[in-house]
Amino acid sequence: MISYDFVQELADKATKKGKCISALVLADQALQMERSQQDLIEEMNKSLQVMAEAASKGLNSGSKSASGLSGGDALKMKQAIHAGQSLGGMVLSETLAKALAIAEVNACMGRIVAAPTAGSCGIIPAVLLTLKEAYDLTEAQVVMSLFTAAGLGMVIAKKASISGAEGGCQAECGSAAAMAAAAAVELMGGTPQMSAHACAIALKSVLGLVCDPVAGLVEVPCVKRNASGAANALIAAEMALAGIESVIPVDEVIAAMKAIGDAMPKTLKETAEGGLADTPTAKKMAREIFR
Amino acid sequence: MNVFDIIGPIMVGPSSSHTAGAVRIGKIARAVSGGQPATVTIELFGSFAQTYKGHGTDKAIIAGLLGMAPDDERIKDSLALARELGMAFKFKKSSNKAFHPNTALIMATDSQGKKTIVQGSSVGGGRIMVNRINEINVKFNGEYYTLLVPHHDTPGMIAAVTNLLADQGINIAEMNMYRSQRGGEAMMVIETDQAVNEELVSLIEAVNSVKKAVLIKPIY
Ligand code: SF4
Repeated sequence: MISYDFVQELADKATKKGKCISALVLADQALQMERSQQDLIEEMNKSLQVMAEAASKGLNSGSKSASGLSGGDALKMKQAIHAGQSLGGMVLSETLAKALAIAEVNACMGRIVAAPTAGSCGIIPAVLLTLKEAYDLTEAQVVMSLFTAAGLGMVIAKKASISGAEGGCQAECGSAAAMAAAAAVELMGGTPQMSAHACAIALKSVLGLVCDPVAGLVEVPCVKRNASGAANALIAAEMALAGIESVIPVDEVIAAMKAIGDAMPKTLKETAEGGLADTPTAKKMAREIFR
Repeated sequence: MNVFDIIGPIMVGPSSSHTAGAVRIGKIARAVSGGQPATVTIELFGSFAQTYKGHGTDKAIIAGLLGMAPDDERIKDSLALARELGMAFKFKKSSNKAFHPNTALIMATDSQGKKTIVQGSSVGGGRIMVNRINEINVKFNGEYYTLLVPHHDTPGMIAAVTNLLADQGINIAEMNMYRSQRGGEAMMVIETDQAVNEELVSLIEAVNSVKKAVLIKPIY
């Protein structure tokens, strides 16, 4: 049985057994849940289908949310890509577009998979689905990589938090990016140790990020933070795959995130009383929405 | 916690606590009142009261009352659907700060005029805690097969009911007794590991002093 207390434990066990983190997590979860591995794979595959549907829906809809605060950005991104305006290469641009798309579907009360939360639901699918298309990976490979993401996410949830109300946006979009980075490394053939470093690198980049949604709604800055979270995951994975290591070990980074989250004032943890939510423009918008 | 708590649930956005959790509270109210109510009044507290329009908390609770699951794409059209299906509804905002910030109090009336009250809080990640059924304060999360057994507080009740469960090989995961006062109205809340069938519900209802038994299936 795995305790899910340390990411390093996952990486070391996988290394010792010559397995991927995903295979380790899948085998353990099948045991703990008393279900067959095939059964878990099928359930995870369902989530992947919902993720893909949300991405394609969001890329084509362009509709606004009920509050009017978000919507239409994914479509703009897609049009820019079609017009050949990609600055950072197609993988990055396509990732941004999908992350925006899924987050917009969420804001419009569409169907998504919380990963790990609804607010951060665009990050993991945007990264993994884009890599799948760009590098001709199979659906089965992507499903497996979701077990890596989930395994690391369980550690983060246990030792720190995955909720904006508890730990700020570092805990939501930060955790999603860290999980996506580790999964992306595995998907692209990196080692379990590289996955652990990617997780640490992604998380370190957003330590301290507060949760400050305008009017308390999961839209501004959330939709665009899904895009930046996905980009964060890609760059962390790319560095880790190049052999770059995190100087601070991954589990110490997670502990630091927890400490920072605890020290964060309540006004910056989803209460919409501080940060961007407390700007004149945000307050004006909130008044109009809730009039 | 397992992998599907992290990658999952599949749900309709935008917020697990304000939308998915709210659907579940509505679903519990539907189960307790024994089907779709004729009219409902829903009082919202705390953050539910402040942000319900933007998060679609109102649509989510109504969707739950109509029997929808948290991943049903019709949730966003539930208000119109309720009107079509003849369920009248009204929302009230409360500034009472005594409750958990994401709390809804649902007062449902069926076509016979029977009233049911269910109060629940959305406690994060789409999980909920039901904290009131009619006049009795309770505590359960709806993740198990849950039996609500309102009865008159008399000796031997617990044994009478739990023996019926044991006879069918049903294991009790958690069980609690709540009562308004000694010898008064009481409620047993029994959460079980195995599925409970309607036959067992009727057997429990036949026990002396039991007024009725309500079965709530896991809402996940
Ligand atoms: S700002 Fe808050 S609500 Fe928005 S994505 Fe980040 S953690 Fe979630």
